[in-house]
Amino acid sequence: MATTESIAMPLSDTSPPPLVERLHQWVTTVDHKRLGIMYILYALVFLVFGGVEATIMRIQLIRPLNDFVSPRVFNRMFTMHGTTMIFFAAMPILFGFANYLIPLMIGARDMAFPRLNAFSFWMTAFGGLLLYFSFLGGDGLYGAGNAPDVGWFAYAPLTSQTFSRGHSTDFWILSILVSGVGSIGVAINIITTVLCMRCRGMTLGKLPLLAWLNLIMAGLVVLAVSPLTAAQLMLLVDRYLGGHFFDTQAGGSAVMWMHFFWIFGHPEVYVLVLPAFGFASEIIPVFSRKTIFGYPIMVGATICIGFISMSVWAHHMFTVGMSAAGNTFFVLTTMAIAVPTGIKIFNWLATMWGGQIHFQTPMLFCIAFLFQFLIAGLTGIMLGSAPFNWHLGNSYFVIAHFHYVIVGGILFTLFGAFYYWFPKMSGRMYNETLGKLHFWLFFLGFHLTFDFMHVPGILGMPRRIYTYEPGRGWDIWNLIVTIGVLFQAAGMLVFLGNLLWSYWRGQVAGSDPWDAWTLEWSTTSPPPAYNFASLPEVRSRRPLWDLKHPEDPDWQYE
Amino acid sequence: MIIVLRAVVLLSGAALAVFAQPAAPLSPTNIFAPVSTPSQSIFELSRFVLMVTGAIFIVVFSLLVYAVVKFRKRSAGDAREPAQVYGSNQLELAWTVIPILIVVVLFLATARVIADIQNAARPSNAIEVTVIGHQFWWEYRYPSLKVVTANELHIPVSDSAHPTPTFLTLLSADTDHSFWVPRLAGKTDLIPNHPNHTWVDPHATGLYLGQCAQYCGTQHAKMLLRVYVQTRDEFDRWIQQQSQPAQLNGTISEGRRIFERTACINCHAVAGTVANGTFGPDLTHLMSRDTIASGAAANTPENLRRWIKDPSVIKPGSKMPAMGLSGPELNAVSQYLETLR
Repeated sequence: MATTESIAMPLSDTSPPPLVERLHQWVTTVDHKRLGIMYILYALVFLVFGGVEATIMRIQLIRPLNDFVSPRVFNRMFTMHGTTMIFFAAMPILFGFANYLIPLMIGARDMAFPRLNAFSFWMTAFGGLLLYFSFLGGDGLYGAGNAPDVGWFAYAPLTSQTFSRGHSTDFWILSILVSGVGSIGVAINIITTVLCMRCRGMTLGKLPLLAWLNLIMAGLVVLAVSPLTAAQLMLLVDRYLGGHFFDTQAGGSAVMWMHFFWIFGHPEVYVLVLPAFGFASEIIPVFSRKTIFGYPIMVGATICIGFISMSVWAHHMFTVGMSAAGNTFFVLTTMAIAVPTGIKIFNWLATMWGGQIHFQTPMLFCIAFLFQFLIAGLTGIMLGSAPFNWHLGNSYFVIAHFHYVIVGGILFTLFGAFYYWFPKMSGRMYNETLGKLHFWLFFLGFHLTFDFMHVPGILGMPRRIYTYEPGRGWDIWNLIVTIGVLFQAAGMLVFLGNLLWSYWRGQVAGSDPWDAWTLEWSTTSPPPAYNFASLPEVRSRRPLWDLKHPEDPDWQYE
Repeated sequence: MIIVLRAVVLLSGAALAVFAQPAAPLSPTNIFAPVSTPSQSIFELSRFVLMVTGAIFIVVFSLLVYAVVKFRKRSAGDAREPAQVYGSNQLELAWTVIPILIVVVLFLATARVIADIQNAARPSNAIEVTVIGHQFWWEYRYPSLKVVTANELHIPVSDSAHPTPTFLTLLSADTDHSFWVPRLAGKTDLIPNHPNHTWVDPHATGLYLGQCAQYCGTQHAKMLLRVYVQTRDEFDRWIQQQSQPAQLNGTISEGRRIFERTACINCHAVAGTVANGTFGPDLTHLMSRDTIASGAAANTPENLRRWIKDPSVIKPGSKMPAMGLSGPELNAVSQYLETLR
């Protein structure tokens, strides 16, 4: 086979194929690494879109009674920001890393279902394009574009034909429906890959934590995205086929939509945060030069989080008039989830304890993550206390809380993951100075924005208002919050610049720049299409540690 | 710098909670300046939760800082790896059991406050009000007192000598809304087909502000809440005045003729006249209110004229259309409305 190719294309070794052909290879690829990179690049574009929408909102709120944008535009911005960031930035970017890393970390040649993998990516990509096409086609033939403006959780009956005319809500429904199919495809693929494609010797007890966390994440995707997808179909039936699931004017139930949405919406938080825990569980040990502390309990805590996260959804609904018993039950489950999450924080702390911490950019982001996730967890406990939630829910406090989780927790570890695996994906080192500059700019911006955002919530500022009156004591806090956005945007520019510059100009990285321990570092950077020349065999959780320390291998202790 | 930033934020949050005094709230909508029992119990629970989470924060934060500083890599030359520690059953058990205990304590404290607020008995002398959320205004009905009004809720003060709580039934005419006056009580949603209940018993007279706290459409931001807490005498006088039909002199003014001839009466009611619409606020005693457009503008003759001319100037997206009245017609209608006292 190889000989035939070299005869057929004698020049292919020396000069790269023309651009069109390379693009064609990317578009038709079923290689998990290329699909992973496509997911990541696609999500980065949407991350920028979502960031621009957030910036527009923050400019509007910089002072009371501002009129930078109209209320309609503001409402579209927060709807598009939330939908974009969750469904088309955070999920695809994490799926991208999972796609790229899992086969390499478990010593496989590809995902279990490569074609399903490509199909899932293109479904997600199509979903995102559909959502953004609403800016042009939302009102169809009337010509004036119209993005959805029903909020990212699109509470009924605001989404009914009565209150949402035209097609903007349809674009929202269809894009979530289509990308949901893609997400379920990825999840099935990850579950099958992790369970069936591990190399010889890699029992579930020797699986890298990142793969474990993605396995649980994929299970949650199957359980949580399915009801969401079903609810979108029901909403379509309501809008076009005379259904009355959520149509309150015909006796439907608005509360049922809330249940459908949040039975997705809360596990979704863990869908996003578990892969982030996975990054932290790979990066913190390598940069502390110590093995992860308490591997079995880390896995156990993850499984616990997976189960409990399916039983907490109605803490998003403490204000909808549940009975005292109902509220009390969801307080208990919500607070219970703090226990396994706390275990994780303590185990990362114990991993660093007694180590030699190297402060390269990936580790800086992970250390900041530990502090920020601690605060996010504690404000989560405040919100989990239902009576406190009757004030804090739907206020700026809850916005600050979940951005602390999603930005301070997930995005920070994601940046860490970008810097950590960039050498593997591109074959080149990133620029450390720019990396540190990115960290400090983003860190400063994050804290200016989201630390001070808690305060207007305590002072009674509800979310989703396009303007507010002076005299409520909210002005100064909103000003500081908006100033923080500047630093975050600057940090993002440095980050994107660093990626581009390093891709072309960075130093050649070599296969193992971090002196790390998992299998992806045993192959070249970037890895060949087949990943490994011969499939590896492992005896412990850290196969490369065993190779580097034959006198003191892990398998003696595990 | 990390430490300073975080400490400032956490402490300022805690300070807001602990030192905020009802006498000098930082904001008219400060949740930590309660004047009513539900808000007061939440405030006390919040203080407890903040103390517990604050203590956890200080302990874990210090451990993290200590680890990061103490175990940073010191010499560049030292290539030896640190001792590999795989776990410790005792430690892991400790940081499983201790959090479980903390969770149990927080849960019990929370459960008690939930029961106290949600299961509070309704005394026989309680004032009953039905609140109906509309896009984008509030309708208030006092079923036993035969009063209907809009946007400005009047209730009596409830002092320890004469406890007079107000029990609110929350309904919605269209989309979801949420009733949130932070100094009186936590928020409760108004959901179509799903009646909800809440109660307040303000201990001090005054004006308490809030606003709709569940996104309900274009003008969600200008669906403001104003609660006037009055002494019992003032409240009774207000009820007496509001339960009268409109005080009109015998002759039908030009403004009234225009008002009753155009679409105004499809939505608005003026008791004692043919106007009996229900989609918009009841205007029988319009001039007894301080604001128009659900608190979006002061109730002055100029604002009233501006509002009738084109509501979208004050509240873009408002459901009230511009009626296209001419200048003289506008003047006549506003003059008529100004007689509705």
